[in-house]
Amino acid sequence: MSQQLVANVVVLAAIYALVSAGYVLVYRVSRVLNLAHGELMMVGAYLLVATAGLFSGNPLVGLLLAAVCGLVMGIAVYAVLMRWMTGEAVLASVLITIALGILLRGLSILIWTTQQLYPAATFGWHNPPVAIGPGVRISAASVAIVILAAAVYAALFVFLQFTRWGVRMRAAGQNPLLAEQRGIRLHGVYAFAWGLSTFTASLAGMLLALDSGVESTMATIGLKAFPAALVGGLDSLFGAVIGAVIVAAAEIAAIQYVNPLLSDVVPFVVLLIVLAIRPWGLFGSREQLDRV
Amino acid sequence: MSGDDAHARELAMLGTARAQVRFAVVLAILVALPFVATPFQLDLANQVLLASIGALALMLLTGFAGLISLGTAGLLAAGAYTVGVLVREVGAPFWLTLPAAAAIGACLGLIFGLPSLRLRGLYLAISTLGLHFVVVYLGGEYEARATLSTGIMIDSPSIAGWTLSSGRAWYFVLLGFAALAVLISVNLHRTRTGRAWRALRERDVVAGALGIDVQRFKLMAFVVSATMTAVAGALFAYFRNFVSIDAFSLYLTVQYVAMIIIGGMGSIPGAVLGAAFVIVFPYAIEAIAGYLPARFGNMVFALDYAAFGVVMILFLLLEPDGLIGIWQRMRNWYVARRAGAAPMKARR
Repeated sequence: MSQQLVANVVVLAAIYALVSAGYVLVYRVSRVLNLAHGELMMVGAYLLVATAGLFSGNPLVGLLLAAVCGLVMGIAVYAVLMRWMTGEAVLASVLITIALGILLRGLSILIWTTQQLYPAATFGWHNPPVAIGPGVRISAASVAIVILAAAVYAALFVFLQFTRWGVRMRAAGQNPLLAEQRGIRLHGVYAFAWGLSTFTASLAGMLLALDSGVESTMATIGLKAFPAALVGGLDSLFGAVIGAVIVAAAEIAAIQYVNPLLSDVVPFVVLLIVLAIRPWGLFGSREQLDRV
Repeated sequence: MSGDDAHARELAMLGTARAQVRFAVVLAILVALPFVATPFQLDLANQVLLASIGALALMLLTGFAGLISLGTAGLLAAGAYTVGVLVREVGAPFWLTLPAAAAIGACLGLIFGLPSLRLRGLYLAISTLGLHFVVVYLGGEYEARATLSTGIMIDSPSIAGWTLSSGRAWYFVLLGFAALAVLISVNLHRTRTGRAWRALRERDVVAGALGIDVQRFKLMAFVVSATMTAVAGALFAYFRNFVSIDAFSLYLTVQYVAMIIIGGMGSIPGAVLGAAFVIVFPYAIEAIAGYLPARFGNMVFALDYAAFGVVMILFLLLEPDGLIGIWQRMRNWYVARRAGAAPMKARR
């Protein structure tokens, strides 16, 4: 029983970690809090529904195409919308992401209705349960989520640490003025950060859709991943993983031992506790915090 | 002219004959409205008046004091649930529940405001968002405990055998509350408190250096705003005869934030204009949806979401001063034209 709980925590933590990576990427590079992240994740899942309809015989092509569309979507959001908010007040840029979220929610219902859709069924895949220990079973899609989360974080670490674009991204995040003076095109870096952020969120959305289908409430999962990013520290990718584990463990424990209704509120209670004690998060940098 | 006279003129709200005439005209229109409006229009007007109270409360906090809050829906829910619980559990009359809602609102305002002493900007918005979820959870938990799958029914308030239920009666009650909210806002705005809030909005460190008690005025902004919002929530419960936690989603908060953006940040008439815009907007979309293919006609709420998102984005990008900004530009243009000068360039 308790081993099953641990497995559930790991799976939920992997989902939160995958999603919160996007919050951290965008915040770290451009100091924008993207409250449309959950909706972008949901649209990513719907993209898989769309490609599944086109390539029902070829799941890999469908997945890859949808993932690329997710990347393009993020870049498009920056190019069309967020670009104009550079240098604007914090409130304005947060509000515009909220407005974008509402727009995406409306559009996705108009296109895909409010019904629960199952791209896995379109691919003819049944998502079998996998035994990962004595009496411990999780779905195959959940295993994929955990593996993917690990792979994405490893790739992001290598990317930010060793590649040219990764260094540019860190530089832009540390000091936009100096970065620009060194010839880094900030708009390009920001657009790429948005693309990566939406890409990782879309991946999470797609695997969740393969696991249990997608409907318009999936955006809530994206919002619940935000506390994970903040608990770890909004500008720390490593922190996001730890935050995801903490939030997931708290949520599963509350559901199991106290009250299933707590599921939606526990992440935000953890968030409030962290804001009260250590607002810059466990691994965030203290000087970045907009403190009184 | 002595200094006292100047001060008196400053304090007089309707100092000039022109202002008095304008006030009389507006008052006459507002009083005449329920006698010429259809029941549907009257209901719309009531909704606008109710929303104006919440919008003014948020305008005090965000527009005047510069403190960002995403907690409006949570505070409205707190007010509505105070009424719901008191009516259901002890059958309390409205003259007890309204002050109780105000008291709960004030306490919550203090709690919502505490993070503002340490946090600023983004982090403050997030902490109020977290509190929103906590309040909504408590409401949902109460509904679940009381096994109320559909929400709480609330009888219309009655006094000495007379029941407040007709749209016209509600109109005058809500007009009174909205007028009170405007009066409170105007007075807070133009006195010492309002000046302190504006200083806080520009830069709280400088405000502190000028001798303003930063913590006190920040908490005061939250408490005043939350009290007004909770009373609006209580009125909402009586107005609808029904409280359900589903009504207090994050989308409601977004609607209130949109009201003060669309109306015009930092403007009292802007809050009322924005409330009217946001309340009427879904009905306009519904009317337009009638002309669209049936496929869209069946999903009016989704169309409403999408269109609302677009309108919010357009205002944020193109007209950050909101409807009031547009109005002022038009007036400037008209005045300049009458004076024979070239139209003034738009203020950005």
